[in-house]
Amino acid sequence: MTDRATNGRGVLDVEAIRRDFPILEREIRGHKLVYLDSTATSQKPEVVIEALSHFYRTSNANVHRGVYSLSEESTAAYESTREKVARFIGAGTEQIVFTRNTTEALNLVAYTWGRANLNEGDEVLITLMEHHSNIVPWQIVCEEKGAVLRYVPLHPDGTLDLSNLDTLLNSRTKLFGFTQMSNVLGTINPVDALVRKAHDVGAVTVVDGAQGAPHLAVNVLDLDVDFYAFSAHKMLGPTGVGVLYGKKELLDAMPPFLGGGEMIGEVHLDHFTWKDPPLKFEAGTPNFADVVAFGAAIDYLADLGMDRIRQHEIAITTYALDEISRLGDGITVFGPQDPMVRGGVVSFAMDGIHPHDIAQVMDWDAICIRAGHHCAQPLMHHLQVPATARASFYLYNTEQEVDIFVDNLKKVGEYFGNGPRS
Amino acid sequence: MVRGPDPSFDELYRELILDHYRMPRNRGALEDPDVNLTQHNPVCGDEVTVTAHVRDGCVIDIGFAGQGCSISQASASMMTEIVKGKGLHEANQTAEAFRSMVRGETDGHDSLGDLLSLQGVSKYPIRVKCAVLAWDTLQKGLEAWSKSGA
Repeated sequence: MTDRATNGRGVLDVEAIRRDFPILEREIRGHKLVYLDSTATSQKPEVVIEALSHFYRTSNANVHRGVYSLSEESTAAYESTREKVARFIGAGTEQIVFTRNTTEALNLVAYTWGRANLNEGDEVLITLMEHHSNIVPWQIVCEEKGAVLRYVPLHPDGTLDLSNLDTLLNSRTKLFGFTQMSNVLGTINPVDALVRKAHDVGAVTVVDGAQGAPHLAVNVLDLDVDFYAFSAHKMLGPTGVGVLYGKKELLDAMPPFLGGGEMIGEVHLDHFTWKDPPLKFEAGTPNFADVVAFGAAIDYLADLGMDRIRQHEIAITTYALDEISRLGDGITVFGPQDPMVRGGVVSFAMDGIHPHDIAQVMDWDAICIRAGHHCAQPLMHHLQVPATARASFYLYNTEQEVDIFVDNLKKVGEYFGNGPRS
Repeated sequence: MVRGPDPSFDELYRELILDHYRMPRNRGALEDPDVNLTQHNPVCGDEVTVTAHVRDGCVIDIGFAGQGCSISQASASMMTEIVKGKGLHEANQTAEAFRSMVRGETDGHDSLGDLLSLQGVSKYPIRVKCAVLAWDTLQKGLEAWSKSGA
């Protein structure tokens, strides 16, 4: 793996990595696929696709059920991914809860911890750059409990404006939720510092790691986060698997989330008991086949090294920002200019040209970028745009792909001119 | 004008569409409108406001405002041109004919005029709602005006 994945100088051998991703060979209308939407979902390496297929061919049986060998094998494979995930983020296995996705993980915290701990007049603090999945669950639970939802504002460059944090975080604040990396701006937030501030006032922290875990080396103990949520499908794994990490004492004290099989201890006519975490929060047959395949994705990322992946993304993002800036004034790039505090996410607007039209023109050359509000409408209002176009990069993207993308930006500008004249 | 490399490029963005996009007709809001409605496309953030004056069962003047992609803006601009002077029934019929064309259910009829240039939208399902946004707004606006008993 090391030979294949690095060129001996400690940097990623991207061409070798690309050969591991069958879909990157795909052509659409005679154009080779240029996939610049890994923020929405990543592509999958052969080892992950093969792990899923292999599991169904050889080891498929429901987990935590049968006494027969096949079920034991299946359970062992399922639990082995839990161990890999735990190691990957520096946690214990009993702290890793499998969910459907980040959204479900965040909802789990809102519906269990939130309902049990929030009361009238309490405050929940989140930020203006959150994805809807870290806004709406808090709106729901705050409404239900009479708690107040507050927002950390942003600087014009798309970083958090922390000048009033000491007021926003106060003795009434019970929970502080924020993203590790914005899916629109690319902004990387100072997680450890924010967690310290929250703990100073006794607030619990929930970090949306949907963009963090796939792109940054994460150690939950160093960060001291209380909850951390992320999704397999954004980090080379299959769809339908999410992870919630929680501190043991919090998970222990929380009521169960969904009720049903798997999570119970005993069921009587009038009451039930439940298992210890993490199974307490995994009601029903889990998505075990995809969890097993997720293990192969974790291995792949761990073998390459998250620091190397991050270095590659800093380099390609720097290159992209430089090349876009050469195009002149007609393009506005949102988010911080410094690639050291920014992930491989480039959201932009072109004067007078709607993001849909940009993405449509790109599509004709098989360039996949995203156009829309990116599930972050409060942030769109703040940026005063109805939508943005977004290109995002991962370990398999190359500077040549950035060149193709930038050439097409020029074409978009020429085709639509400067938009409506009125 | 730089042409796209692919035939489908011009199939969607016909010159007439770009013409309406760059030089929208009847852009702006009318004063004291009988019809005044704003609709959004929450998926892409497009917004269209349609204002109109109605006399003796006819749309005698109409304007549109808002923001959106070239398809939604060109469709709105063309709509104002074709609907102006039409009776309410005829306006609704035109809306239905246009809607079924961009959904690919029927071929466009000559009576749709410039709107025929939007036929290519039928091959791009996600853009259909861009094309019909202004029409939805007009029809709902007219309905609300009718119900208001004016």
